[in-house]
Amino acid sequence: MKTYYDPDDLKKFGKISEFQPELGKKFFDYYGEVFAEGALTAREKSLIALAVAHAVQCPYCIDAYTEDTMEKGCDEEQMMEAVHVAAAIRGGASLVHGVQMMNKYKDLSM
Amino acid sequence: MAVLTHKSLAGQSHELSEVDRQLELLKKANLTPFQDKLAESDLFPLTTTKLDIFQINVGKMCNQVCKHCHVDAGPDRKEIMTRETMQLCLDAIDKTECSTVDLTGGAPEMNPDFRWFVEQLSEKGVKVLVRCNLTIIVANKKYNDLPEFFKKHNVEVVSSLPYFTSTKTDAQRGDGVFDKSIEALKMLNAVGYGVEGSGLTLNLVYNPSGAFLPPAQESLQADFKKKLKDRFDIVFNELFAITNLPISRYLEYLVASENYEGYMNKLVDTYNPGAAANVMCRNTISIGWDGFIFDCDFNQMLDLKVAAKGQHLKDFDIEGLNNREIIVNQHCYGCTAGAGSSCGGTTA
Repeated sequence: MKTYYDPDDLKKFGKISEFQPELGKKFFDYYGEVFAEGALTAREKSLIALAVAHAVQCPYCIDAYTEDTMEKGCDEEQMMEAVHVAAAIRGGASLVHGVQMMNKYKDLSM
Repeated sequence: MAVLTHKSLAGQSHELSEVDRQLELLKKANLTPFQDKLAESDLFPLTTTKLDIFQINVGKMCNQVCKHCHVDAGPDRKEIMTRETMQLCLDAIDKTECSTVDLTGGAPEMNPDFRWFVEQLSEKGVKVLVRCNLTIIVANKKYNDLPEFFKKHNVEVVSSLPYFTSTKTDAQRGDGVFDKSIEALKMLNAVGYGVEGSGLTLNLVYNPSGAFLPPAQESLQADFKKKLKDRFDIVFNELFAITNLPISRYLEYLVASENYEGYMNKLVDTYNPGAAANVMCRNTISIGWDGFIFDCDFNQMLDLKVAAKGQHLKDFDIEGLNNREIIVNQHCYGCTAGAGSSCGGTTA
């Protein structure tokens, strides 16, 4: 069955350099440095990536960072808390616009 | 989720209890041959360094049936080392300058001659290490004094604890294993094991509960130390992070959960030449319950005997063993992936 997303495509991520090697290389060098141990640990970065993967709803990223966080020693509770952080920000982002709606409502009301 | 059975693969007459079937499956994965990878790192043929560790598998009998067990151990396995074979081990050790004897199983303590063997080894002045599954200590009254026995002979205890929560531990090792392990760890702590200044070493082993690689050993150890201390007031010395090798029950799990291909690819993709140079088979020999000699416990379970003249303790030939080429196969990728893996943790 053909679908827009194929799990095997994740392994081919590196191939994006085929059509534009220079930018591809720059991206992957940058990507590698971003995830290296720094002021944040590699594990903290992996959990952030997992949360962001859910926020941007990227199935490739969700697969990749589920495995990566497990390999960084995170358990299911920590991983789900990260997903809740994404959900809270997404939910909050909608709800905080409620203030705009309320402002407009009040502008339009007697 | 993994479903735990109470029978070994051998007890179920499962096809993957057959060594040939396992080797065939490993070959069929169509991955770069491990020896080619070693050759790229100038390590083929893989040779020995100085023999330092005797790892002795005193039997496949165990009170647990862990999902990832490469020995396919369990209560239904009756293969047990006899006292005669233990004596052959003692004689062989005398012919070497090895510093450490690492006792494994199954649950080594279930061998009726286990205590006799430890006493004999202890008299030799070698470091004796026992791979204790913890629950054996509380499995039966007759094992309750094991912590005192270990202490008396200054045995180093190495114990598996896949995580500091019951969910992951029990998923891999069986229902109720976590609580019993905590009880046993407290008993070991009570006699001084893992306690600073006691001189009694208690190391823990982490194996991933699934088809993924272990986390960085150092940060995981810090987590384990904090969580076990805060939650249970338990202390220990070091944590060894060990990669699961695609053998026996773990291989069966990989196949049944459709993770085999992905896991093997991951092992190959993360091949680390630094880890390959330090694999444990270079300074270790592994003895089977029946006295045969292997390069490591994994080769033992695949019945890949040493490539040397004396393949049995009866024909023990230290020269031949020191000059042998180590037998490698596709499962060896498990010891060279990422930070590397050995019975003493990471190697790179």
